[in-house]
Amino acid sequence: MADLSINLAGIRSPNPFWLASGPPTNTGGQVMRAFEAGWGGAVWKTVGEPIINTVSRYGGIDLGPQKLMGLNNIELISDRPIETNLREIAEVKRRFPRHAVVVSLMVESRREVWHDIVKRTEATGCDGLELNFGCPHGMSERGMGSAVGQVPEYTTMITEWVKEVARTPVLIKLTPNCTDVARMAEAAAQGGADGISLINTLNSVMGVDLDTFAPRPAVRGWSSHGGYCGPAVKPIALHMVSACAKRVRIPISGIGGISTWQDAAEFLALGATSVQVCTAVMHYGFRIVEDMIDGLANYLDAKGFASVNDLRGRALDNVRDWGELDLNYKIIATIDPAKCIGCHLCYVACEDGAHQCIEEYPAGGNGGMRVPRVIEDECVGCNLCALVCPVESCITMTEVETGKSPMSWNDLMKQGGQSPGCALPSGD
Amino acid sequence: MRETAPKLTPEQYERNFADIAPPLTRQQALLEGARCLFCYDAPCIQACPTRIDVPSFIKKILTGNLKGSARVILSANILGQSCGRVCPTEVLCEGACVLNREGEKPVEIGRLQRYAVDYVLENNIRVLHAGARNGKRVACIGSGPASLGCASELAQRGYEVVIYDKNELPGGLNTYGIAAYKTRAHESVREVKLVEDLGVKIHQRVEVGRDISLSELEAKFDAIFIGIGLGETWALDLPGEDLRGAFGAMDFIERTKKEPFHKVDVGKRVAVIGAGNTAVDVATAARRLGAEWVAMIYRRGEREMPAFKYERELAQKDGVTFMWNTQPVRIVGNGVVEGLECVRTRLHGDGRRARVEPIPGTEFTLPVEMVVRALGQQPVLELLRSVSGILIKDDCVVVDPDTGQTGNPKYFAGGDCVNGGKEVVDAVAEGMKAARGIDAYLRRAS
Repeated sequence: MADLSINLAGIRSPNPFWLASGPPTNTGGQVMRAFEAGWGGAVWKTVGEPIINTVSRYGGIDLGPQKLMGLNNIELISDRPIETNLREIAEVKRRFPRHAVVVSLMVESRREVWHDIVKRTEATGCDGLELNFGCPHGMSERGMGSAVGQVPEYTTMITEWVKEVARTPVLIKLTPNCTDVARMAEAAAQGGADGISLINTLNSVMGVDLDTFAPRPAVRGWSSHGGYCGPAVKPIALHMVSACAKRVRIPISGIGGISTWQDAAEFLALGATSVQVCTAVMHYGFRIVEDMIDGLANYLDAKGFASVNDLRGRALDNVRDWGELDLNYKIIATIDPAKCIGCHLCYVACEDGAHQCIEEYPAGGNGGMRVPRVIEDECVGCNLCALVCPVESCITMTEVETGKSPMSWNDLMKQGGQSPGCALPSGD
Repeated sequence: MRETAPKLTPEQYERNFADIAPPLTRQQALLEGARCLFCYDAPCIQACPTRIDVPSFIKKILTGNLKGSARVILSANILGQSCGRVCPTEVLCEGACVLNREGEKPVEIGRLQRYAVDYVLENNIRVLHAGARNGKRVACIGSGPASLGCASELAQRGYEVVIYDKNELPGGLNTYGIAAYKTRAHESVREVKLVEDLGVKIHQRVEVGRDISLSELEAKFDAIFIGIGLGETWALDLPGEDLRGAFGAMDFIERTKKEPFHKVDVGKRVAVIGAGNTAVDVATAARRLGAEWVAMIYRRGEREMPAFKYERELAQKDGVTFMWNTQPVRIVGNGVVEGLECVRTRLHGDGRRARVEPIPGTEFTLPVEMVVRALGQQPVLELLRSVSGILIKDDCVVVDPDTGQTGNPKYFAGGDCVNGGKEVVDAVAEGMKAARGIDAYLRRAS
């Protein structure tokens, strides 16, 4: 079996699956149960001066029968005394010396306050610190969380303060609620951060009760913007992780909608060293890690990777600027009439939503059924039909040999060429 | 009857005749509705005789727009609730569902349809509205599905419509002739209110030709729609048919719909003659009323059985015995039915057209106390023959297939009296088609 152990900036864990800072890591009891279930590490729910929470705190979005496609929360950091958290952290570390225990921290933006909390926390024997510069709700109004992470200078400054006293690796948790997350990653690296974690949650209002007009989640009829996470945010997180991985050299702990080993593998392939999971555990419990470990190990074995570290960054170089993409690459859609079930979703999608390159083909399918057919000369290869088709491998995108060598927009510009769209008709 | 089956407890009757497809809960409806692919130009629509826009009403269920969903259904089919329960969906919408072709269970369109319409019925929400009155009047004879379809469509187009029906309750066969575990009489009657809400007047216990003459109708109305369905079950012309304990299928079903179950006597042992859907209704009703042994007697073979597969499976699940290649010879008894004498048959040729030959010497007698003929219904010819110009062919009224107009231009017809006996949904579709035909005819005339 492939070796799943990792070392992220000196933080070692038996596998790359960590619990993200959040409700599942609120207490020592939870974290120990998680480790017993197989989790390789945990980032403790943010420790700081205890807060008071509201009820309710969570809002969900379902997609058809799929519950919790997205989850948001207006919960703040730990509501438990700092000493209680630290005592339990020390106990967990004693009992699970080989697991990664990282402590998320958030305190007011004063140098001595940060120094104090860092020293007290490290006295527990924890493996690392994660500075919460990401929480977009509540704490940001008090000058903490994303209020720090949205300003590169603050990010650098506080990172520097922490690094002045920290003896364990320091990760900076970044907020996606900014214009350029990679710039924030640079700011963290500049401050001496040993690694970054991203993404924290996205600002969100989960919905509005159309009877009471209370936004969700409601607190006596009012709400406040909260942090959005869950499967819906994964594509955003993948982009941000890859953008940071391209910009900075420090290791990354990937976060954002990870529910399965495939999700995790994608983050690793885009440059993450570990991944953190929260929503999926809130939905299904710690037990989900079993298939994450099993599935990832089987995948690595099937691919011939001896270690999970061989997967890291495998796809990163394939994320490019648009201007580098080959304009001469051509694919077209092919519909298999034998597999077609006659829903005509590809037809209407192409007709109304794309490029009008599918026609109805009377009696072309099984048993003389009317099926759609691609007008090959018109097909622009956009994928939409294949995306809406409910039947596996009924619509395939097939490469068409154009006989032209690869040509990107940047190449075209370098050669002083013109955009084909701007070219004037030649007249003949 | 010589010996009736012992009565059941009230709970047993209710359990035996409980909805075979119970209503969906909201959660179930949302889960089931989410399985719909929202096909474009969907085959389920094409498979529905009333062309209900199925993907559209399902989408509306998913968005919580139940009023809109019911409007989509009812504007296409005023009996959308009944049809959701009694339609043979396996051969109609659900049979056409594209998920079948993917090897999946089709979307439960019928139950979703009932879910949407139940909402407006239970909450008394009106989704259809009468059109501004155009001064024209139309009479409908019969208050079954065909007339209800015709009347609702005409009322929405501004016509004043009056329905005359000889029965005590409106709804025709939908009230009196559907297996009780599919729908109850009061539910069919409740649905008729949707038609009355459109301003349609319904006169029950008025038999046209007896209580009111055709000439009176002709004088009062600009057009007349005939939706009288069919009449008595065909006789067998066997000796002993007049014995007590011998029934026609429609009479028997009607009693299960009109009377409390404990008042419907059923033999301990019952022979049902025929193997169509109605025969299944009779056989299953007899079993559920407590009959110990029920056999369906069919002179052709298993392959020729005319009932839908779903119906046949129902009978099988109810423990009904099938006696293939068996032809009744006479009903035996002294005043009351004591048995059914049958003979074995062999077929010459293929399918339902095959010639049936009794095999001499194979006669045997089934000891039964009750015999029910389920051989289809006879047309109501007297009334039809009294309308000049109406053509009757093969016991069916001949109409223009596009307009439902009969040989007498003022008369239109639809439903079982035209198609010889089909589904509720076919009758509604034909009634609505005739309504459009009447509208076009009266517009031309004015």
